[in-house]
Order: sequence, then C-alpha cells, then structure tokens
Amino acid sequence: MSALLEKELQELKEVDWSRISPKLEKQLLEKEGDTIIDVVHQNLETIIENNRGKEEALIEVLHQVQDLIGFIPKAVQKKIARGLGVLPTEVASVISFYSHFSEKAKGKYQIALCKGTACYVKGSAEIIDKIKRKYGIESGDTTDDGFFSLEVVRCLGACGLAPVMTVNGKAHGLLNPEKAISVLEQYKNGEM
Amino acid sequence: MIKLWIDGDMIEVEPGATLLEAATILGKEIPTLCYLKEINEIGTCRLCLVEDERSGKLMASCITPATDGMKIHTNTERVRKTRKLNLELLLSNHKVDCPTCIKSGDCELKELSEKMGIRDNRFAGLKSSLDRDDSTPSLFRDPEKCILCRRCVSVCHQVQSVKAIVPEGRGFNTVVEPAFYNSLSESPCVLCGQCSVICPTGAITEKEYINQVWEALDDPQKHVIVQTAPAVRVALSEAFNQPAGSIVTGQMVAALRRLGFDQVFDTNFTADLTIMEEGTELIKRIENNETLPLFTSCSPGWIKFIEHYYPEFIYNLSSCKSPQQMFGAVARSYYAEKNGIDQKDLVVVSIMPCTAKKYEASRSEMAGDVDYALTTRELGRMIKQAGINIIDLPEEDFNQLLGASSGAADIFGATGGVMEAALRTAYELLTGEELAALDFKEVRGIKGIKEAEVKIGDMNLKVAVANGLGNARKILERIKAGEELHFVEFMACPGGCIGGGGQPLPATEDVLEKRLEALYEIDRNKKIRKSHQNPYIKKIYQEYLEKPGSHKAHQLLHTHYVVRGV
Repeated sequence: MSALLEKELQELKEVDWSRISPKLEKQLLEKEGDTIIDVVHQNLETIIENNRGKEEALIEVLHQVQDLIGFIPKAVQKKIARGLGVLPTEVASVISFYSHFSEKAKGKYQIALCKGTACYVKGSAEIIDKIKRKYGIESGDTTDDGFFSLEVVRCLGACGLAPVMTVNGKAHGLLNPEKAISVLEQYKNGEM
Repeated sequence: MIKLWIDGDMIEVEPGATLLEAATILGKEIPTLCYLKEINEIGTCRLCLVEDERSGKLMASCITPATDGMKIHTNTERVRKTRKLNLELLLSNHKVDCPTCIKSGDCELKELSEKMGIRDNRFAGLKSSLDRDDSTPSLFRDPEKCILCRRCVSVCHQVQSVKAIVPEGRGFNTVVEPAFYNSLSESPCVLCGQCSVICPTGAITEKEYINQVWEALDDPQKHVIVQTAPAVRVALSEAFNQPAGSIVTGQMVAALRRLGFDQVFDTNFTADLTIMEEGTELIKRIENNETLPLFTSCSPGWIKFIEHYYPEFIYNLSSCKSPQQMFGAVARSYYAEKNGIDQKDLVVVSIMPCTAKKYEASRSEMAGDVDYALTTRELGRMIKQAGINIIDLPEEDFNQLLGASSGAADIFGATGGVMEAALRTAYELLTGEELAALDFKEVRGIKGIKEAEVKIGDMNLKVAVANGLGNARKILERIKAGEELHFVEFMACPGGCIGGGGQPLPATEDVLEKRLEALYEIDRNKKIRKSHQNPYIKKIYQEYLEKPGSHKAHQLLHTHYVVRGV
C-alpha cells in the first residue's frame, strides 16, 4: 500500500460516519463484508478518476460526493483537491459558498424553511424562532440526535403556500409555529 | 479606434480599453479600490462609477469597455453621491479603529474616505465579529477590517499561485481566510506578505516586533547589533515621502546608531559569504555529478513554497542558509568570541524587506541565530517614533568586521542579483582568470523569467532566474518536463527583495524599477564588485571558517529543509 493511500485511508477513518445518506447505507448493505471506509473510498476513486486533473469539474464532483455521502468532510475535500489538482482551500471555498454542500453530516430530516418575501410577511420569522427554540439549533445546524437539520432559505418557489417549508424535499405549506412543530414531530415519530 | 467623450473632452482609444483607462489618459482622477490592473479587474467596490449619458446608467469604469460615441460623465451629483454611498456602505462593516491601526499611515480606505469627505457614519448596522489570526510569526490577520475587495486573493492566486487565502462563505458572512485550515500557520501560506502590500486596509499586515526591539535597546545589559538587507537602503526613504530609488545607505546607518544599536552591520557581508558557500556548492555538485539544477535558498518564502508545493525538489535547494541567518550564526560565534560578548546579552536584530524573514528567524533548524526581524516599514516607524529626521542625517559607514561588502552583495536585493553575484565569483574561481565584463545583463531587470547560457572555461552553464512564485512554478514545471538547467535563482516576490512583502507602500512596477536601478548603481560605484575579493570575507575564512564548504562552515552556515505538503 502506498504511503499516500495509507494516509488517505487513515484520514477517512477519523471521520464521524454515524450519519450517512440512505444511498450510502444501501450500498453498504449490498457490499457485505466491506467497511464504510472501503465503500466510501471506492466510490471516491471512481468519481475522481473520471475527472482527474480537471479543475473545472470541481462543482460536478462536489455534487456527486454530496449526493453519495450526504456531506463532504475535510478528509474527502483533501482527496478531491488532490485528485483534481486544486488546493483544499479552493474546495472549501466553493463548499462554503453553496448551501447545497455541507461539510458536516446533515440530519435524517433536512428542513428548509423559507424566509423569502411572501413567507416573511406571513410570519415565517416566528416559525423559525419556534423551531430553533424547540430543537436547540441555529440555521445550518443539526440536532444532537441527528434527526433534524435546519436551513433557512430565500424562497422555495411556492409563495402560494406561504409560509412554507420542505422536509427532505417534501413541501408543507400554510404553516404557523404550532403546525410546523406538529409536522416535524410526526417525522420524528415515524408517522410521516 | 474608438471615439468617445468624457466630461465633454473627446478621446480616441484602442478597442477593449476601459472607461477608466480612457479617463486616466485625459488626466481625470477616478477613485478605485478593488481594482488592480490585470490582476483584479472585477468591479465589485463600485467606487469608480461613472455615468453614461445615453443609457442614463452608472457603470463601473474599471470593467466597462469604451464604445464608439459614448458620452461619459465622471463628476455629476449622482456619480459623487453614489460613490460616496458605496464607500459608506463599505465602512459600515469596517472596524474603523484608525488611530491605533498599523496601516493608518498607508491606508487606501482612509485616504478615499478623506478624499470623498465622509464625515459621519450613517449606517450603524450589524458589524462582523471575527477572530484575529495571530498564528504566524510574520503576518497578522484582522478580518474585521476586511472590505472583501479580493485584492489579496487575486495576488495570492494569480501572481504567487499559492492560493492560501480564499473567500469563505457568502454575502455578509464572507470571510477571506485560509479556508479548510484553522489558521494561517496551518495552511500552506508561504508568508511572502504580498497580500499585506496590496491590502487597501489593515486586514492583513506584518506582525510588528518594534516594542520588543525597543525593550532590548533600552536594556543597558544587552549588546544589540543590527544587520540591514540590501533592498532596504533603496526603499527606506519612501517611508519618508522621498522619491522611489533614493539611496540612503549612509543615513540609514546613522539613524540606526541614533536608535541605540551598539553595532550597525550589513547583511551584505553575509551575502558575500553566501556566494562563497553557494558558489562552492555549485562547483562541487557539477564536478561530482550531484543533484542539479541547484536552486538558490536566500528567499524564505520560496523555501516554504517548495516545501509545501514541490517537496520532490528539496534536494535541489542549496543547503546554504540565507544571508540573514548566516549573519546571525556568524555574529553569535565569530563576532561574539572575538569581542568577548556573552551569548545571553547578545541580541541580533535584522532589517529586512520581507515578512517571511520573521518566520525564517523562528524556524527550528536555525532558531536563535536572529532574535528579531523587522521590515523596512517597521524601521521607518521606529525612526519616526524616535523623532529622527533621516533625510538630514550625515552619512555614516557600517561598523567593520561584519559590515564590509562587495557590489555583488548589493544586487542580492534584486531579481537576478544572486545569480550575477554567483557567476562573477564562480567564473573566477573555476577558470582562475579575471572576468572581463562583470555585468550579466541577460539576468537583470524585473521580467518574471530570465534565462542565459554562460560559458565558464569549457563548460556551458545554463542558468535561469524567476521572481514571483507564479513564475517559479513555471520553471519548476519545465524542469519536471525534462528541461536541462544547472543553476536557478528563485525569489518569492515580484522584482525580488526590492518588491518584498515588508517594503514601503505602494509598490508599483515603476517604483520597483527605480529601486532595482538604485541597487545596480550602488554596485557600479563600488571598488570591489566580486564577493571573493571582499577583504573581510578573506579574513573570516583565514581566522575562523578555514575554507568555503569546510566542516565549520557547514556547521554554522548550512541548514536543511522539511517536506510539508498541502
């Protein structure tokens, strides 16, 4: 095993893999006997191999990795940087610019709460407040139990349903603080 | 040609010329902040707005190409008010601690506020609360002073190809920082300080050690000696509003004595010593078929660059310490022993055009050689603090022993200078003949990459010179691709040390040219222009170091490097 490979695997081992995307979970089940590190590493190798040395492919690669793992930890950023011939700073800069990409694992249920004009006028600020207090998180955070992560966004394109949020892409509209919490609790209790 | 009218004055420009360029030709002063010609033309600060009569729109003149028949106005009420508004908005998220800011004397943001007559702060909104980065010995980041103009980012990426700092986040939450890494010291930043030269505010500056030096000078127990790098003497006067390229060697020495230094020595002395050691190393490597090309090792930013980005080349680096570090080593041994000075009382200060020298002095491989490295800018401040009028001082000479130098040492401060100095000596040592023409014109000038073939005896020496790390990278890639070279001089900063990260501001190409020319003028006017003919160099080898490359020389004057990676 090359020193570089050994280092990469060691860095991947240090990542907290307790919350991964359903996609990765499924792959892990299919490849019986493989550890999470094996599966992640193989996948990364494939994604990077198709784009080796291509600086311009950075966003595309980040999409694939975000989609696969559900987040892009530092160890993975480093591997991507090496593969594409860019610096880790550049990878981190792009990840930090787009809220779609995340360095930390997101929750099982990803809440996107709209604070666009229509939602704001109809009281989304109070809903955001309520969620923050109830689950003890700020925008961009994930709850300690890994159930929810919260993202405050500018317009989901469903102003007719204002105030609106999506949970893992599914829209819930005409909310008020109580209704929002009740929807989220249903997710938590497996009723949704 | 494109014909347009600016404030009623007709002008013709080449296609592609911007409105800013056209206005400048007409002698109109348009304020700019984020704009750096050819390096950062992004039109984000909106201070260079002008009004287009036809469309009625305000446009950023730095990025708008002139088109035929345009009628542009640069001084309407709307232009003035909008520019001012934009600057006020920039100031609304700036720290505004001008009286205590290190950049106060050179701050472009402050100067523009003054020029535009901003008298109060209308937008007292939310301000960013961000941690300062004190992690490196060289540079200090205060992101609360950053106005996100991206000038530092563009210099770091496009000129230096280091890419240590990037914008992280988005909108109001954007911070220019070494994203991915926790601090500058953990990042592959090479500490060249070009960002600190280009920053229009005090967001990235040199780390100041003035107070520590004052403390040493004020302590009667301490024997404080100082060395000055060649590039300082042709730039220091700019800190006192003198024209670029003024030579103030004698006044600088006089000022240093008045600051209280016990001995004023010259880094030039150890520049000559470097040539003896490095020249010997080059000859040895060629004769013994060892790793070539040999790379110069005087520039600490360049050393850190190769350790991070091209570690496969570290055996190409000369093992010679830089002149600053050689000076420290020689002062602590030869000088201290000769004068019976106790090590614990000896304080070695250096005045450098460079921020990376501070880091170099702190490197564990040679820690203790030099105690404090101050930049040219810091020396300027110290002289002002002491109330010394440097311009009117009588010229004085360096103290002897570690103060005499050849003209070859002076040109160390310019790109190509180390190469030329080495060639002058290597030629004579290898052939035993006197060199007829001392000037190696092919390696002079501020061009980024220079090459030459030099015939020494029956050998054809292929040499190259690169300044600016982006150019260094180009040469390294060429060597990787198989190009044959024997000796390459690298300097991290554009123009070499004269354009160093610690030099007075501003450092435009025109200013660099003048500093460079001044160094060659000093060289021309010196009686001794070859390092090996410096009598004090002969003396130190006779009395102490035996011969170049000796065991003792290796112990004191040579070092090793570290593979760092990114």
